[in-house]
Amino acid sequence: MTSEQKGWKEIPIAGVCWRPATDYLTGDWKTLKPVRDKEKCNKCLICYMFCPDGAVTWDPEIEDIGFNLDYCKGCGICAVECPKKAIEMVHE
Amino acid sequence: MASKWKFTTKDLAEKPEILMSGHRACAGCGPAIVYRQILKATRGPIIATNATGCMEVVSTIYPYTAWSIPFIHTAFENVAANAAGIETALKALKKKGQLKYDHVDVIAFAGDGGTYDIGIQALSGAAERGHDFLYVLYDNEAYMNTGIQRSGGTPHGAWTTTSPAGRVIPGKPEYKKPIADIMVAHGIPYVAAASPAHWRDLITKARKGLEVNGPAFLHVIAPCPRGWRYDTSKTIEITRLAVDTCVFPLWEAIDGEYALSAPSKVIALKPERKIPVKDYLKVQGRFRHLFTPEFEHVIDEIQQIIDRRWKRLLKKCDMA
Ligand code: SF4
Ligand code: SF4
Repeated sequence: MTSEQKGWKEIPIAGVCWRPATDYLTGDWKTLKPVRDKEKCNKCLICYMFCPDGAVTWDPEIEDIGFNLDYCKGCGICAVECPKKAIEMVHE
Repeated sequence: MASKWKFTTKDLAEKPEILMSGHRACAGCGPAIVYRQILKATRGPIIATNATGCMEVVSTIYPYTAWSIPFIHTAFENVAANAAGIETALKALKKKGQLKYDHVDVIAFAGDGGTYDIGIQALSGAAERGHDFLYVLYDNEAYMNTGIQRSGGTPHGAWTTTSPAGRVIPGKPEYKKPIADIMVAHGIPYVAAASPAHWRDLITKARKGLEVNGPAFLHVIAPCPRGWRYDTSKTIEITRLAVDTCVFPLWEAIDGEYALSAPSKVIALKPERKIPVKDYLKVQGRFRHLFTPEFEHVIDEIQQIIDRRWKRLLKKCDMA
């Protein structure tokens, strides 16, 4: 090692990801989006448990669910699994 | 060993997401559901480490990270060694009075490639040395992010790009390695098989794995829409079918004592509820070639394998 090269104590720690994934919006991947029929929904949160993307939100203040379309990839799992058949996938 | 932890769905929904939105997993990704559910079972500070694989790639595409907790990506072969190192370092810090927490949980995540094939020596070593950590195998049954190559976890008859179905072979000629039984044979205190469709059971098992003193191994079925060739909306449906056909029975082994978990116990008590394996295979494009006169016999063969494994499991659970 020549004297110009940095020793292991000087070099930065390798590959530290510093930016939260939430800065990256995956919502534009989808072609279908979930739309909920509020009348049918009993807020069981099944859709919340099965969403791969954390795109079903729960607001404890108003005690209700919602969809964060900035991240929803339109997979349709929530619609298939909703026991009340309250979710429909529609073209954006 | 029963966990004292009780939870409602609301409790889980009000817990912050550890795997944040904006990760780059494919639409309908089974492993992403598995991670989200397991991370709802945590009880305090945790450090996670992940072998190379789908979930490592999609959660840490530079400069983005989907992890809101300390997370270390490691190579394909050594996630268990990494977890062992983390756990030992925590112990050393605690001894020196330099750890500000009473306890920190350590979770190692790996896919089937990083577990059945490449990571098994590190896993076996860490289990034998008795490190206190939870190992989660999310099994999507092939090397998916590199382009669907077969692994030791790929089932018999499944098409992959390295076990292509054609005139010569009907998909993968070999059989799925009984990895969870291999882990039970290590004499570790907790091993369980779980499915995201049965999320209460899965989350409870993850919690038990964290609470137990010593190594815990969780084998979770995690369908991949791209590699299994099905519509993205069917991920949970397929996992449920895997349990109902006994392709992937749910059980746990506490100190080596096997017991069936509720969804599989029902089938053991009422065998008429056991669905033919055909129903599981036909909804997945990776088995499409089996529904031809040429390869039909493979379906019967798969049914026989599943029946045999199920019978063996019933015996282990004293339910035969
Ligand atoms: S699964 Fe259906 S009924 Fe339950 S909270 Fe979601 S939309 Fe409402
Ligand atoms: S369509 Fe898929 S990604 Fe979108 S909210 Fe439903 S489950 Fe989540």
